[in-house]
Amino acid sequence: MINVQYKLTSPLTLETFCENIDLNSEDVLIRPETLSVCKADIRYYFGLRNAKLLKRRLPLTLIHEASGEVLHDGSGMLEQGDRVVLLPNIPGASAGYGENYRLDSKFRSSRADGFMQEMICLPHSQVVPYRLMKKENAAVTEFVSVGIHAVSHYMGSLKRKPGHIAVWGDGGLGYCVCCLLRYFLPETSITSIGVHRRKQEMFQFVDECLTADEVSGEPVYDDAFECVGGQASGNAIAQMIDTVLPEGILMLMGVSEEPVPINTRMVLEKGLTMIGRSRSAREDFVKAVEIMENNRMFSDRIGMLISDVMEIRNMNDMHKAFRQSRAVDFKLVMDWNV
Amino acid sequence: MVIAGIVAGGVGQRMGQSNMPKQFMKLAGKPVVIHTIEKFLASPEIDAVVVGVHPDWLHMMADLTAKYFPEEKNLVLAPGGDSRNGTIRNIIEKSEEMFGADGGTIMVTHDAVRPFLSMRIIRENVKAAEKYGVCDTVFGATDTIIQSENQEYITDVPIRKTMYQGQTPQSFRIGLFREVFQSMTEKELEGMTDVCRMFFLRGHKVYLVEGDSSNFKITYPFDLKMANAMLEGGSHD
Repeated sequence: MINVQYKLTSPLTLETFCENIDLNSEDVLIRPETLSVCKADIRYYFGLRNAKLLKRRLPLTLIHEASGEVLHDGSGMLEQGDRVVLLPNIPGASAGYGENYRLDSKFRSSRADGFMQEMICLPHSQVVPYRLMKKENAAVTEFVSVGIHAVSHYMGSLKRKPGHIAVWGDGGLGYCVCCLLRYFLPETSITSIGVHRRKQEMFQFVDECLTADEVSGEPVYDDAFECVGGQASGNAIAQMIDTVLPEGILMLMGVSEEPVPINTRMVLEKGLTMIGRSRSAREDFVKAVEIMENNRMFSDRIGMLISDVMEIRNMNDMHKAFRQSRAVDFKLVMDWNV
Repeated sequence: MVIAGIVAGGVGQRMGQSNMPKQFMKLAGKPVVIHTIEKFLASPEIDAVVVGVHPDWLHMMADLTAKYFPEEKNLVLAPGGDSRNGTIRNIIEKSEEMFGADGGTIMVTHDAVRPFLSMRIIRENVKAAEKYGVCDTVFGATDTIIQSENQEYITDVPIRKTMYQGQTPQSFRIGLFREVFQSMTEKELEGMTDVCRMFFLRGHKVYLVEGDSSNFKITYPFDLKMANAMLEGGSHD
């Protein structure tokens, strides 16, 4: 059967590529149904990555956050019409590391083609079924799973119960991490630190919202999460180092294109631990689906992450969606109808 | 119930090479018609597929379906008729006999030689036929359309933005098709190559579904070459 992929061939340019796929394999044939645009996709689409890297990686099919409808399952484990969340990580074979951090692992919309396809064949290990979620919410499961991955790792690294955690970043990731911290650590005080008061209006469930210029500089937080990314992450990390108490944990989650400076003297003086976590594994997806389907409060809050839903029927719609995705507060979801 | 009726009644005259009908020619190592059938079988909207094949080529089609879909119960063949509409009638009869289709059943008719059909087009056909009773897949004309009644001089140059190229699927409720077909005179049926024209002539509003440039018909050797090139890994925009 003929399948179509929509590949980015150069910045701002999408082209269709056709391929033959067979029905009678053991894999699951899926029609992507909702796709969520990530900042990483936006950086590729607008050519904001390093030129050499773009030359090496393009043409590339974008989008690594998606849900889909099962069309066919050769193994019979899933039925036509079942809904699944699609996993973007293609684990490498090298042992000894988490599946998401192996050097020979591939991540869709980065080193492997993403989900902007009419159909896609995936092994069972790269899908997680869901039943109750809205399909728009299912699109952001990967995003939630990344938060779960980081928060779980953080909780596993704790030596003492945190009384107060601060989260830098008022974008989608900051919002998601705040939701997860509220869910997993309901007794802990959470401070959200951002730039835009209007966006912080959405963070009503945290204990305190501050803008970056209101941060005192005194060490008051047990631990901190960086969800800023880009060049601004340098300033955020500097504030985190200043305001976190001795032996605190700094979770780094934002992606910076260029290296950012770090005040190592103060990191050493306070005995801080810096941990980088950004790629979720299958178990994180399973956990994300479980929470999103069973906790109404959490799923309602996560639903607020979706700032806009656009129906996509053709390539013009795809271009519009990428342009619009830069304008929304949090996430833009494509209702994929190609 | 929704049934896909794949029209593969051709006998292969225009390819200008062997007399093998173009629906059996290989595209990325697989006969064109097999790609088309696979797309319908994978579509959640479609309950069954009936392929109308010229009687001379039924044996080959049966061999191919046995090879590619050995366990598929929702796929059957019907003999082609004297015309496209005759083949569609045979497909409807086979649908009634094998799958219990009735007047309310949606029939999505499609050319076997349009294998690049998208899931969206199938979905939108089914929705439109359910809502409006009949629909046609069209694509806005990019070339100016010239009309000539005598094949010598221009008789009209219609405004391009009102012109569309007809593609397939063409979809309708079986009951409505029967009613319209039975009302046609023999003269009206002469040279009737398009099912939607019948509905139009009887005053039915035929809803337009947006087609796609890639949903082209493999008619000439050039088309097959282009189709194969599209599947060789390159972009076709």
